[in-house]
Amino acid sequence: MMNDMTRVERTVDSKAIKIAANNVQVHYGDTHAIKDVNVEIEDKTVTAFIGPSGCGKSTFLRCLNRMNDTIDICRVTGDILLDGEDIYDKRVDPVQLRAKVGMVFQKPNPFPKSIYDNVAYGPRIHGLAKNKAELDELVEKSLRRGAIWEEVKDRLDAPGTGLSGGQQQRLCIARAVATEPEVLLMDEPCSALDPIATAQVEELIDDLRKRYSVVIVTHSMQQAARVSQKTAFFHLGNLVEFGETGQIFTNPEDPRTESYITGRIG
Amino acid sequence: MALSWLLLILLALAVIGYFAGRTRALASAEGDARALHSLPSYYGYNVALTALVPALGLLILWLLAQPLIVDKTVSGMIPDTAITEGSDRGLVMSEVRRVAYGLDGAIAAGTLSDAQARNASADIEGLTQSLKDAGQVLTQDISKPILMAAQKYRSMTAAGSTAMQVVVLLAALLGAAFAYVRTHKEFRARNVVEQGVLALLLLAASIAILTTVGIVLSMLFETMNFFQLHSWKDFFFGSTWAPNFRGGSELSILPLLWGTLYISLIALLVAVPIGLFAAIYLSEYATGVTRSIAKPLLEILAGIPTIVYGLFALLTVGPALVSLFGDGGALGLGWMASSNAVLTAGLVMGIMLIPFVSSLSDDIINAVPQSMRDGSLGLGATKSETVRQVVLPAALPGIVGAILLAASRAIGETMIVVMAAGAIAKFSGNPFEAMTTITTRIVSQLTGDTDFASPETLVAFALGLTLFIITLGLNIFALYIVRKYREQYE
Repeated sequence: MMNDMTRVERTVDSKAIKIAANNVQVHYGDTHAIKDVNVEIEDKTVTAFIGPSGCGKSTFLRCLNRMNDTIDICRVTGDILLDGEDIYDKRVDPVQLRAKVGMVFQKPNPFPKSIYDNVAYGPRIHGLAKNKAELDELVEKSLRRGAIWEEVKDRLDAPGTGLSGGQQQRLCIARAVATEPEVLLMDEPCSALDPIATAQVEELIDDLRKRYSVVIVTHSMQQAARVSQKTAFFHLGNLVEFGETGQIFTNPEDPRTESYITGRIG
Repeated sequence: MALSWLLLILLALAVIGYFAGRTRALASAEGDARALHSLPSYYGYNVALTALVPALGLLILWLLAQPLIVDKTVSGMIPDTAITEGSDRGLVMSEVRRVAYGLDGAIAAGTLSDAQARNASADIEGLTQSLKDAGQVLTQDISKPILMAAQKYRSMTAAGSTAMQVVVLLAALLGAAFAYVRTHKEFRARNVVEQGVLALLLLAASIAILTTVGIVLSMLFETMNFFQLHSWKDFFFGSTWAPNFRGGSELSILPLLWGTLYISLIALLVAVPIGLFAAIYLSEYATGVTRSIAKPLLEILAGIPTIVYGLFALLTVGPALVSLFGDGGALGLGWMASSNAVLTAGLVMGIMLIPFVSSLSDDIINAVPQSMRDGSLGLGATKSETVRQVVLPAALPGIVGAILLAASRAIGETMIVVMAAGAIAKFSGNPFEAMTTITTRIVSQLTGDTDFASPETLVAFALGLTLFIITLGLNIFALYIVRKYREQYE
């Protein structure tokens, strides 16, 4: 497992902080799901959130684009700053925030529309293209970034739901990058995919790092080790340890982190 | 022996069979239930079912077949001379049956002895008098051939009933004995009972289907009678609906169909937007508390009998519309003369359909996976953009199906249009005029004094069958749409 880590170069230059979270607490009704989390997510970096099931990593991820707003009983306190601005400020429109902070979900969820319309969905909503030609260009660019253009260029009118699981997930990634987000959140994007599709998506994630800040929640520690530069370990709603991926996996400071990555708690 | 006694005896036989089979099974295993293939009660059920099911089946078949056979034999006996001008064999046969029942009744009332009733050379006038004394209804005086036929009818029916009882009881006994003898600890009673259960469920399903077939066939025969009396060209392609019981009617379905479709269209124009928006509100926007209150309230609308909607149309909506659009009304338009109008019926029918559309659409919208909404919201779409561009398209096939089902209900709706639409059959595009529908005409052609041999009455069956075919077609089309798009989207 540890051999995987040598595959990705670990040159982490000091980069700008994209998202800074201070004292974030999340309550679901009476349940205290996230306890006092502080984390700084860098630009043009892949940050992985790992931890056992129910540890709050997905919940925290969904705080970053205010997707938790759609759940009635969810309450978020503390500050989350995107480029220094509090995203939970009353003046911030969550709808616009989500255009800036894109999200890819655990299960591929293409809309029951054509492949073209799936990708064009975001740009159309936000009026990103002036005319049809520009929209065509944007769709092609996004599909290329999603590393799926070659496979679907001849059947853009076919329904997106007719693709295979891995293709669907790459389509969803293309759909998310089409709105030109600054941050891309990925909630276990490979858990419903086979190993080949997983490898393709991981390659894509590494490529996306050139343009975006990527945050990925994963259950697979190998995956975290392969694709991320920074890793955060969550346990029972607490952020236990946050640091460079190489360090977390080879020389963790906290005994809980060590137990988890060696498979003793999970 | 009456039928109820026969049924009671069969039931008793089954109960005795149950305990006998159970006991015999246990005895064959020397009292140790574990040595049996099945639980002891299964052996009991096996005996009971084998006794009951074939016997009951035979009974039902016999009850269906006997009147047919007796009718055929007796009607063959009636000489052509006994059939008077303007009548037919069927009418004479019903007279024969009436006399036969009359004789039975008179015997039961004690005004006639059994021997007198059987006497073929009886004095007819005296017999008629004693039947009338016994309170039996006769439409005409009994004639000799009718009396003879009635006597034959009685004797055949009586002999048939006795034979039926013997055969049915015999079948039950044989069945019970067969199953009882087979009962042994190795016998797989459980599997046999399982087959029995399967047969029972199949029977229930086929009764539902056969009833539909029966309804269609009965309509079909009457419709064929109608088309023998009236030209099909006038029915389908004529332009006037003017029934006249003295003959020479013009009976065209087209003006009625126009009225039906026009009223249904207005109803759908009311029900579809309101119902759909209500469903969207309930499923996408309402909080749990609002939803738990609003949904049952909306569904109360669905529980209101349509006659109440009719009253509502007649007493409230109609006058309100007249006071708006009528002479001297608030808008000063003078368009609407009476409260009976297409618009009144359409509006109220639309209100009736709202819960139908909203309840079905709500279920369908809820069935759209949450991941679709998340995907759209995650791209920065607002709630209404998500609903319009993702949820509704995904739910569309189901919603179209719901709308088509609502349409077929609107087309078949009777009470509201009877009370609110008026009775004038005509082609007109004016929603403030009275019009009439297929269903109201069926009601009016069949109520009151009717003669089932005239085209003016039989046209009701042709109308009913056409209506049935239209709604059936709509339902099939709805199913087709739902299936087609479901495949594409999953």
